[in-house]
Amino acid sequence: MIVTSRPALETGNFQLTGERRELADKIKLRYPEDRVASAIIPLLDLAQRENDGWLSKEAIDFVAQETGSASIRVYEVASFYTMFNLKPVGKHFIQVCRTTPCWLRGSDELTNKVKSKLGIEIGETTEDGEFTLIEVECLGACCNAPMVQINDDYFEDLTPEHLDKLLDDLKAGHDVSIGSQSGRIGSAPEGGPQTLLETKG
Amino acid sequence: MLQDKDRIFTNLYGQHDWRLKGAMSRGIYSGLKDMIGRGRDAIIDDVKASNLRGRGGAGFPTGLKWSFMPKDSGMPQYLVVNADESEPGTCKDREILRYDPHRLLEGMLLAGFAMGANTGYIYIRGEFFNEASNIQVAIDEAYDAGMIGKNACKSGWDFDIHLHRGAGAYICGEETALLESLEGKKGQPRLKPPFPAGCGLYGCPTTVNNVETIAVVPEILRRGVDWWTGLGPENNKGTKVFCISGHVNKPCNVEEEMGIPLRELIEKHAGGVRGGWDNLLTVIPGGSSVPCLPFDTCCEINMDFDSLRAVKSGLGTAAVIVMDKSTDIIQAIARLSHFYMHESCGQCTPCREGTGWMWRVLERMAKGDATVDEIDMLLDVTYQIEGHTICALGDAAAWPVQGLIKNFRHVIEERIAGAQRAAAE
Repeated sequence: MIVTSRPALETGNFQLTGERRELADKIKLRYPEDRVASAIIPLLDLAQRENDGWLSKEAIDFVAQETGSASIRVYEVASFYTMFNLKPVGKHFIQVCRTTPCWLRGSDELTNKVKSKLGIEIGETTEDGEFTLIEVECLGACCNAPMVQINDDYFEDLTPEHLDKLLDDLKAGHDVSIGSQSGRIGSAPEGGPQTLLETKG
Repeated sequence: MLQDKDRIFTNLYGQHDWRLKGAMSRGIYSGLKDMIGRGRDAIIDDVKASNLRGRGGAGFPTGLKWSFMPKDSGMPQYLVVNADESEPGTCKDREILRYDPHRLLEGMLLAGFAMGANTGYIYIRGEFFNEASNIQVAIDEAYDAGMIGKNACKSGWDFDIHLHRGAGAYICGEETALLESLEGKKGQPRLKPPFPAGCGLYGCPTTVNNVETIAVVPEILRRGVDWWTGLGPENNKGTKVFCISGHVNKPCNVEEEMGIPLRELIEKHAGGVRGGWDNLLTVIPGGSSVPCLPFDTCCEINMDFDSLRAVKSGLGTAAVIVMDKSTDIIQAIARLSHFYMHESCGQCTPCREGTGWMWRVLERMAKGDATVDEIDMLLDVTYQIEGHTICALGDAAAWPVQGLIKNFRHVIEERIAGAQRAAAE
């Protein structure tokens, strides 16, 4: 094996702070000592959170340094996975699920609602930096379709009207309830579970 | 219909306490020390005898898979739980992860012991942020209570469990891509052989199992193999969490007996097809990767691995996507092709190029902007992709299109003819 030396990376002033720094150190301990590269994806996630939702070159170089990896190895990971944003996004990152189970139940109407309400197209951010809209592939909440993910949270069983109000509430900084917007219990059928009626908690 | 007493996932809908106290009140972790005390071989023999088949889609016998793990490799051995649930239509593991995490941890301890693994990783899709948070809480609770870690459950076996969040890539549900991802790389599948049981995570013996597969094991051992094999048809035993989505009145997840008739599943649990059974167009019975079923088959098919394979479809993840007669079936499948195009890792040419090609042709066909001989050309391309790639994503992309052409060729032909008539006028 040929080992090449490489110059130290210029990571600028990028650092993880506070709890994120502590969590990064904890995460690195989950893997064998000589396998710290396994922490690349979780550390990129932390770096993205530190950097307002996207990964700058400095943030990527920082993760490379933390994991003893070449910068390109981290960059290729950052560009492979869809959850890493390589350009800035809005404060509320709206991801409408577009795959068939959501589409069958009206995901196009949700996308159109966001477009018309916010005056942006897919992939765009509002001028005030509040919202970015993208379409994503199946988010795995198909029994509560249609649904969107906004930042870390799922909003399910949506109608365009729900979404309209949700965006208003988010912009106004109001509390919003995550999960089903039609009041369903998890993924139980509407109207309440038909099974597990005899089981106690 | 399966009785409540035979249901394993008693907190499927999250109505009860998912944390350690609630989990223990549901019987989780009870008798674990004794189960482990029976020894590795006894556990694997029971899992083999139970006929449990993997719940991640392929239906491979779980006990057999575990028995591939070497007894004395002299290397660390790993159990990796595949919680990268991303197959369109599938949303069952999510419920286990967020509402019954201790059931998974308990199963991991048993499985890890049985296969000689001292470390388990849970690879969860990155989008499941809140689900991952619950899992982490459960892991911390289990450590604090001595259920996992050194001398787990006072069994004499050391077993660590770590959470690893992915970052958005369907392909990481393929087990070797998952291992690549867990090693901090792009999720591109590896060539097999070597198989993970010989050379998996960090080059060490590894077994990758689906969440539901691992989570049902403790209950099979606790209640006994006879209980489990008393449910479901031959070679397709036990219970299964079905996800019913699309054009039904009440979409839901439900745990049912393997082999339940599709019609009963939809009508008893999901409130029936929107507009009545006769308004049914087609069903994709096992997640987006399996071919759709014609109406007549939907009326009589039973939901198990072998029955669905016999009609050239598959149980897959048991994600039932229902479409009524209002559906533009070409567009529905085109959406799936878009999915596979987006999710192809780009490693193999037939998949990287073929998925996009199929999507573009289907988008045209949905508008009728195609010629009739292109239908056969499209079918031919699906065969060029199928079986010619490192992993099964290529096959998974090809099958829905084959199902479309097999069952709905006339719809495509009519669409093309209609567009040609309109253009002539």
